[in-house]
Amino acid sequence: MSAPLLQVRGLTKRYGARLGCADVSFDIDPGEVLAIVGESGSGKSTLLSLVATELAPDAGTVSYRMRDGVLRDLAGLSEAERRALMRTDWGFVRQDAAQGLRMAVSAGGNVGERLMGLGERHYGRIRGTALDWLGRVEIAADRIDDPPTRFSGGMRQRLQIARNLVTSPRLVLMDEPTSGLDVSVQARLLDLIRRLAAALGLAVIIVTHDLAVARLLSHRIMVMRAGRVIETGLTDRVLDDPEHAYTQLLVSSVLAA
Amino acid sequence: MTALLTFQDVAKSFTLHLRGGVVLPVVGGVSLSVSPGECVVLGGPSGAGKSSLLKMAYGNYRCDAGAILVRDGETVIDVARADPRVMLSLRARVIAYVSQFLRVIPRVSALDVVEAAGREGGLSEDEARARAKNLLARLNLPERLWSLPPATFSGGEQQRVNIARGLIADRPLLLLDEPTASLDASNRAVVAELVREKLAAGAGVLGIFHDGEMRDAVATRIVDVTRFAQARAA
Repeated sequence: MSAPLLQVRGLTKRYGARLGCADVSFDIDPGEVLAIVGESGSGKSTLLSLVATELAPDAGTVSYRMRDGVLRDLAGLSEAERRALMRTDWGFVRQDAAQGLRMAVSAGGNVGERLMGLGERHYGRIRGTALDWLGRVEIAADRIDDPPTRFSGGMRQRLQIARNLVTSPRLVLMDEPTSGLDVSVQARLLDLIRRLAAALGLAVIIVTHDLAVARLLSHRIMVMRAGRVIETGLTDRVLDDPEHAYTQLLVSSVLAA
Repeated sequence: MTALLTFQDVAKSFTLHLRGGVVLPVVGGVSLSVSPGECVVLGGPSGAGKSSLLKMAYGNYRCDAGAILVRDGETVIDVARADPRVMLSLRARVIAYVSQFLRVIPRVSALDVVEAAGREGGLSEDEARARAKNLLARLNLPERLWSLPPATFSGGEQQRVNIARGLIADRPLLLLDEPTASLDASNRAVVAELVREKLAAGAGVLGIFHDGEMRDAVATRIVDVTRFAQARAA
């Protein structure tokens, strides 16, 4: 078995008296897709923010295997190292595209900006790569100069994906990337994420309350409730033969289409 | 050990926490094995636990007691206790599972669905493409449907895509759960031929076939599951 890309140990976060998440541990291998499911307030978004080092934990560590093969505790990185990592080797696709995109900048600029963060300065090459990525997320080339404010919700999410994947990251975090979209738009986006993750060998942590999304995309699943992980395992096994009472409730509450 | 699959004293029940923790026994004391070239057919009425046994062998259902040993080359893996990553690797290389229903992937064409299954099973892109076309043709799926997503296909057409997907790669252990339920006689005969080819190549099959003709065409042995239901009360 390969060495883990990400190693999370004992992550705990309290907001005053309220528990954000408690003692969460897991590993992600390269190319592995993990879904974190649970209802609102279960702590899944807090957990994602802790992993992304946007929140500081009260206890626990997040370690990542850098490109040189060394597993490093992210809390020990300098601010510059941490920012460089997040800008290049990691991606973060947000539920609200306005938080993941620069809404006043053109679509091409949104994609190109991450390349410039890697030191690319050649305008023609940046535009060429941006065009290529817009094509891969099914955005027409003639929209390259439009800002995302003129895009539909589904297009904005696809642009976010292009912006995140252009630097060839190894780990992508996704926070409810399909919620709030029409069902037909959701299906298209899910299929796109599934194909790109497999083709690029991406490791993905996807937070979702939608069990169908978890089933379609993930290899493994982690069920959270009130800040704690209550069940984890192979996605189809947890969904088809749930062990914990709460997981049984979640699974049985889904309307069959 | 030469068997591809061995159940050793396996038991399974469901605990329904939302119904006051009532326990539904499924099977108990299950011991059986499948060797290369063998097609073991599970018999017994609906609800006897036939599908549950296949799902346990695929790691889709948990196993409460006993061991489910799957041969992986020179080693043997207990599916009842395997780590999820080990299970996924077994599914990619060793175990094929064909259910009655195709779980539809939106927007992906029938040919691509089958080809992708071949690549996941270790075939090269060219080989996967060639085998996918060959299988769909043998299963009489009209060529005009190949480029369409199977979501709108009839039950029988979807089932043939599902069979092609399950049989395209060279996995040594096949779990077949009523793969021919919605097929007509001529297409059932094609599936029987495909299964016999797999057996001749050294694969082993654990299957459920309600259709008597299909069962007679492929079964080397029939195991009546009702005897495992007797043991489940114990």
